[in-house]
Amino acid sequence: MGTLSNIFWLGTKEVRSLLRDFVMIALIVWAFGPGLLARATGNAEAVNNASIAFVDEDHSALSRSLMGALTPPYFQEPVLIEPDELDRAIDQSRFTFVVVVPPNFEADVRRGLQPEIQLNVDATAVIQAATGTAYVQEMLMDQIAYFAQRSDPVAVSAVDLVVRRAFNPNGIQPWFQSVVALLDQISILTIALTGAALLREREHGTIEHLLVMPLTSFEIATSKVLANGLVIMFAFAISLTFIVEYSIGVPIAGSRALLFLGTFVYLFSAAAIGVFLGTVARTMAQFALLMLLTIMPMMMLSGGMTPIESQPAWLQPITQLLPSRHYMAFSQAIVFRGAGFEAVLNEFLAMAGLGIVFFGASLVLFRRSITMSR
Amino acid sequence: MIQMEGSKHIVARAERVSHLYKRETALKDVALEVPAGSTVGLVGPDGVGKSTLLGLLAGARKVQTGCIEVLGGDMANLAHRTAVCPRIAYMPQGLGKNLYSELSIAENLDFFGRLFGQSKRERAHRIARLTAATGLSGFLERPVGKLSGGMKQKLGLCCALIHDPDLLILDEPTTGVDPLSRRQFWELISTIKAGRKEMSLIVSTAYMDEAEGFDWLIAMDGGRVLGAGKPSELMAQTGTETLEAAYVGMLPAAKGTAQGEIVIPPRQGEDGEPAIVAKGLTRRFGKFTAVDSVDFEIERGEIFGFLGSNGCGKTTTMKMLTGLLPPSSGEAYLFGQAVEAGTLAMRRRVGYMSQAFSLYGELTVRQNLDLHARLFHLSADRARRRIDDLAERFGLGRFLDELSGGLPLGLRQRLSLAVAVLHEPEMLILDEPTSGVDPLARDDFWRLLVDLSRKDNVTIFISTHFMNEAMRCDRISLMHAGRVLAVGTPEELVQSRGGTTLEAAFIAYMEEALGPGEDGVGAGELEARVPEEATAKPSTGFSLTRLMAYALRETKEVLRDPVRLGFAFIGSTILLFIFSYGITTDVDEIKFAVLDQDRSAQSRAYISEFGGSRYFREEQALRSVAELEARLKSNRISIAIEVPPQFGRNIERGSPPQVAIMVDGSNTMRAATMSGYVEGGHQSFLNRLADTTGHETQGRQPAKFATRYLYNPSFESIYAIGPSVPAMLLILFPAILMAVSVVREKEIGTIVNLYVTPSRRVEFLVGKQLPYIAITLANFLIMTFVVINIFGVPLKGSFVTLALGALLYGAATTGYGLLIATFTSSQVAAVFATAILSMMPTFLFSGFLQPVSSLEGGARVMGMVWPTTYYMHMSVGAFTKGLGFADLAPDILVLVIFIPVFLAIAVYVLPKQER
Repeated sequence: MGTLSNIFWLGTKEVRSLLRDFVMIALIVWAFGPGLLARATGNAEAVNNASIAFVDEDHSALSRSLMGALTPPYFQEPVLIEPDELDRAIDQSRFTFVVVVPPNFEADVRRGLQPEIQLNVDATAVIQAATGTAYVQEMLMDQIAYFAQRSDPVAVSAVDLVVRRAFNPNGIQPWFQSVVALLDQISILTIALTGAALLREREHGTIEHLLVMPLTSFEIATSKVLANGLVIMFAFAISLTFIVEYSIGVPIAGSRALLFLGTFVYLFSAAAIGVFLGTVARTMAQFALLMLLTIMPMMMLSGGMTPIESQPAWLQPITQLLPSRHYMAFSQAIVFRGAGFEAVLNEFLAMAGLGIVFFGASLVLFRRSITMSR
Repeated sequence: MIQMEGSKHIVARAERVSHLYKRETALKDVALEVPAGSTVGLVGPDGVGKSTLLGLLAGARKVQTGCIEVLGGDMANLAHRTAVCPRIAYMPQGLGKNLYSELSIAENLDFFGRLFGQSKRERAHRIARLTAATGLSGFLERPVGKLSGGMKQKLGLCCALIHDPDLLILDEPTTGVDPLSRRQFWELISTIKAGRKEMSLIVSTAYMDEAEGFDWLIAMDGGRVLGAGKPSELMAQTGTETLEAAYVGMLPAAKGTAQGEIVIPPRQGEDGEPAIVAKGLTRRFGKFTAVDSVDFEIERGEIFGFLGSNGCGKTTTMKMLTGLLPPSSGEAYLFGQAVEAGTLAMRRRVGYMSQAFSLYGELTVRQNLDLHARLFHLSADRARRRIDDLAERFGLGRFLDELSGGLPLGLRQRLSLAVAVLHEPEMLILDEPTSGVDPLARDDFWRLLVDLSRKDNVTIFISTHFMNEAMRCDRISLMHAGRVLAVGTPEELVQSRGGTTLEAAFIAYMEEALGPGEDGVGAGELEARVPEEATAKPSTGFSLTRLMAYALRETKEVLRDPVRLGFAFIGSTILLFIFSYGITTDVDEIKFAVLDQDRSAQSRAYISEFGGSRYFREEQALRSVAELEARLKSNRISIAIEVPPQFGRNIERGSPPQVAIMVDGSNTMRAATMSGYVEGGHQSFLNRLADTTGHETQGRQPAKFATRYLYNPSFESIYAIGPSVPAMLLILFPAILMAVSVVREKEIGTIVNLYVTPSRRVEFLVGKQLPYIAITLANFLIMTFVVINIFGVPLKGSFVTLALGALLYGAATTGYGLLIATFTSSQVAAVFATAILSMMPTFLFSGFLQPVSSLEGGARVMGMVWPTTYYMHMSVGAFTKGLGFADLAPDILVLVIFIPVFLAIAVYVLPKQER
C-alpha cells in the first residue's frame, strides 16, 4: 500500500514536471501530430518521379508512343538522348532507367518477330530499381500490346492470373508507413523522456534527495516508467484515433483493447531501456550519444524498414533482443490482419520479458551508479 | 558617480552600465572608477553582479547599455579590445573554470603561452619561472582535473600571468579554497604586486576578511554599487568596526537591518548514546582516497560543524552517513544502528539537505512540501498542520503558490530546510546549506537552525567553509584532504594553537599535518620582469601558431576522453553493420502455400515455378479457403496460391483457367515486391508452356525485354548500400562530435579563453576542426576496409580520389557541426539538433532511398545543397561504377565549396563576447 502510494505521488510529480517543460511537450505534439502525418504520407510510392531516358534508334510511331506511355507520378517526362551519351549519363546518375529501342522495332513487332527492347537500370539505386523495372516493363508492354492488337488478332494468355492483396487491397503505402512511424515515435520519445527525466534529477541532485527518503529504487524507477509511459500512451491513443484512423484512414482490423494493452507492454520495455541508459550514462551528453546508438538499431531492425526474414540469418536472432521488433510484428498483426490474442502471445511475452530484464538491470545499477556520479 | 580622491590615474571606468540576462537585471546603472596601480576589491555576496561587472571590464561580456572604458579606450570598440586584450588577464569564477582538466599543468601553461604568440624558448622559461614561484613545479605533468582547489587557483593565476598583463582581473579567486592555500594565494599576489608596481588588480570576493587587506573597495548589492572607498573609510562612514557590519550597514533599509547578533543558548548536556558515530570511515575512488579513516561522535541535540575547503571530503563523508555511498572501509552508526543496514524506518528519522538545494524547481512551494509529506506518509491532517506551521515559521507563506525555481536563493534555501524538517526528523544532515547566500539570509537561516537544535533537540550536522559559521557550532571538526585534523569546540581549537582566530588555528593544524607537502608554498620568489624577455607583441591578425595551439589542445583532449573516442570509432562501425545488413530490399524466403484443387501434372508444374525459386519457400498445402485465410491472418504464410479445378484440362482446351494469388498486403513495400515475383513466376510458366506445347500464339509477348542491371548485375542491395552508408555515418558522427566539442567549452566555461585572449574566431574554430577531420578520415579508412573485406564489395574506381573526397567531405561535415554548435548552448541540444537536422537531408534527399534525380521541389533543393549527396555519389561511383578522378571531379568541386561556406557562417554567428 505504501509502495503504491509512493509510486503514485512520485509519478504525479513526474507528470507535473513534464507538463512544465514546454519544449518536450511541443516535441511530443509535433512527433505524434504533423510529424507522424508527414512521415506516413511523405514517401507515398516506392516508384515516384523516377528519371528515365530513351535512346530511339527506330524513330517510328511506336517508339514515339512508348515515350508517352511512361506517366507521372511514377516517371518524369522521358528525355531523349543519343546512344553515345548512355554510359556517361548513368555514371553521373542523371537517369535511373534508360530504354533503348532498336532499329526497325515497329516493323519487327508487326511481323511478330518479338524484337528486344534494352532496358538499362542503374542498379545502385536498388530501392527504386527493383520496383521501377517492373513498372517500366508493364507500361511499355501494355503500349506495345495495344499497338500489336491493332495489327494482329488478339493474343490470348493460356492462364489468367489474378493477384490480390490481403489486408490492404489497394496497397496504400501510408497505411503501413503510419504504423511504422508510430512505432518509431513512441520508441524515441519514451526512451528520451524517461532517460532524460532520470538524468535531470541526477544533474540537479534531487535524486539523492529521493534516495535518502524512505523510498526504494524500485519505487523511484517504477514511477518514472509509469508516468512517462502513460503520457506517451495518451499521445499514442490520440494519434491513433485522429491521425492514423481518421486522417490516413487505416481500418483497424483487430481489437483496439488488445492494441492498447500491447502498446502499454511495449512502452514499459522502452521506458525500462530509457531508465537503463539513464543509469549507465553519467551526463546528459553521454546519454544523448548512447541513445542515438540504441534508437537507430531499434528503428532500423524492427522489421518496418526491412522485413525480418530478409535480414541476414546471423542478425535475426540478435534482433529478438529488440522490443521494437516484437512490437512491429504485434501491431501489424492487430491493425492489419486482425489477429487474436493467441496469435500475438509470443510477442507479448517477449516484450514483457525484455522490459523486465532492462528494468531489473537498472535497479541493480541504480543506487550504485547514481551515487558514484559525483 | 563615485569619485576617486586625488589625481591618481584611472585604469577602468564604468558609466551608467546596466546589464540584463533575459528579464533579470544583473547590473543597474552602475558608475565607478578603478584607480590604477592598486588592488581594488569588489565585495558582496553571490548574485549581486560582481562577476558580470568583471566580465564586462575584461571584455568577456558584451556591453549592453552604458560605457565601459579600460586602459584608456572604449571596450565596446572591437579595435580597442583587440589592441588591449594582450595587456589584460582575466581569471573567471569557479575553480579552474578556464583551465582544461584533461591537460596537465605544463600543457595548460604551454597552451596559453602559444595563444600569446610566445616562442618555444620563451614559453619554457616563463613556465619554469611561474611554476617555481607558485610551488607547482613538482607537479607539471599532473592533469588539472586531479589538482586540489588551491593548486587549481595557483595554476589559474600562472596562466593569467604568462603574458605579463597590466591589468589582472580575478573573480572570486579564493572561494572554496582551503585557508592555507588562501593565505598562500594572497602572499603570492602581494609578491607579484611588489615586483610589478604598475600592474593594476581588480578582485572580487565574498570573504569580508580578505577585503580588509585591499587598497580600495567597491561594495555591491542587487546590481548596484552601495559605496566605494578605502576599507577604513567604509567602516568609518557606517560607524562599524568590521567590514561585514559595514556592508550590512550600507544595505538599503528595505532589506531589513541585521536583527542583532545571533544568540545561541547553551546546550543542556544529555546522556545516552551518541546520535552519529563514525569509526575509521574511509572512501576511495579508484586510487584516490576522498575520505581517509575519519572518526567522530556527535551527541544528540548538538550542532556539529564540518569545516573545510571544496573537495576535502565533507560531502563524501555526509553521503556515507546518509547511506548514499557505501564506505570502502570503516563503520558509521546513526542512533546506534549501522548505516549499511539502514532501513527505511531509519531514513524517516533523518533529514538531508544536499549541496545543490535539491528542489523540484518546476513545482510550486506548496507542491514541493506536499510531495514530501506524501512520501513520508504523513496523515493529511498532520501534513496540513506541519505545512502551515513551517510556512509561518520559515516565512514562506506568501510564496506558497509560486514556482520554487523562480525564487531567490535565500528563499529556496529556506524551502529546502522546510522540506528536510517536514517529517520532524531527529537529525539533520546539511551539506553547505549557506553557500552563495548573502550575510543577512545566512543569519536568518542560522536562527532557524538554533531554534531546531535548542527547542526541538534536533541533532544538526552541518558543513561549511565560512569561519564565522563554524564559530556558531557546538563543536567542529577541521577537515583537509580527506582527513579530520582536529575536533573540539571552536574556542578550544582557537586556543589550542595559541591563535586569535579559527582561521589561524586551521592553518596551523594544516601546516602541522602536511609538512612541506603538495600544497607547500612556492620555493622561489617571482623576480621582476627581465627586460629582454619582453618579445614582440602578439599579432592581432590571423595567426597560424594560435590555430595550431587550438588544434594541438583539442587532439590531446579527444585522445584522453574514452567516451568520445569510443563513440567516434566503435559507434560508427557498429552502425555501419546495422545499416548495411538492416537495410535490404532483397525479399526472399517468402512462405507460401497452395490450395491445389486440380492436382494434375499441369498444376504441379505451375506450382513448381514457385517452389523451385530461392525467393519462395513452400509450406504445407492448404485444404480449404478458410484455412487459407486463417494462415494468412496468423502470418504463417505470406502468399497463398489458389489453383482452380480443371486447371490442366482448361489449358488444353484453350479456355484460360484463372489462378488467384493472395499476397499479404500489410507491409506495402514487401507486398509490391512479392507481387512482382509472383508475376515473374507466372510469366515463366507461360513461356515454358509455349515452348513445350508449341502453342505459339498463346501467351506470347509482342516484344521482349533485355534488362541490364548496370554495376550490380546480381542485384544485391549490399552493393548499393555498402558504399552509401559510410557517406551517412561520416556526416552523423563527425558533425555530432564537432558540435559537442565546441558546445562543451561553452558549458564548462573554457570558451572565455576565446573571448579574452587575442585569438580570432577562425583560429578557434578551424583549430578545433582539424582533429575531427583527422577522425573522419580515420573513420573513412576503417569503413572502407569493412566494406571491401567484410561486405565483399570491391572498390573498382580510384581509392586516392575517394580518399580525397572523404577528406573534403570531413571538412564540410565538421563545418556543419561547427555551424550547429554556434546556435546551441547545451551539449544535449547540440547532439539532438545535429542529429535531427541532418537526418532528413541525409537519409531522404541525398540519393540513398531515392535518386536525387527523382526528387522534386524543396526536397530536390535540400538534396542539392547538402554535402552528403555529392560524397554519396562519389562513394557509390567509385565502388560500383569504377569511376576515377575525371568522372568525380564535379563532386569534388562542389564539396570544396561547402567548406568555406559552413565555416564562414559559423565564424559570423559565433559571438566573440558573452552576452
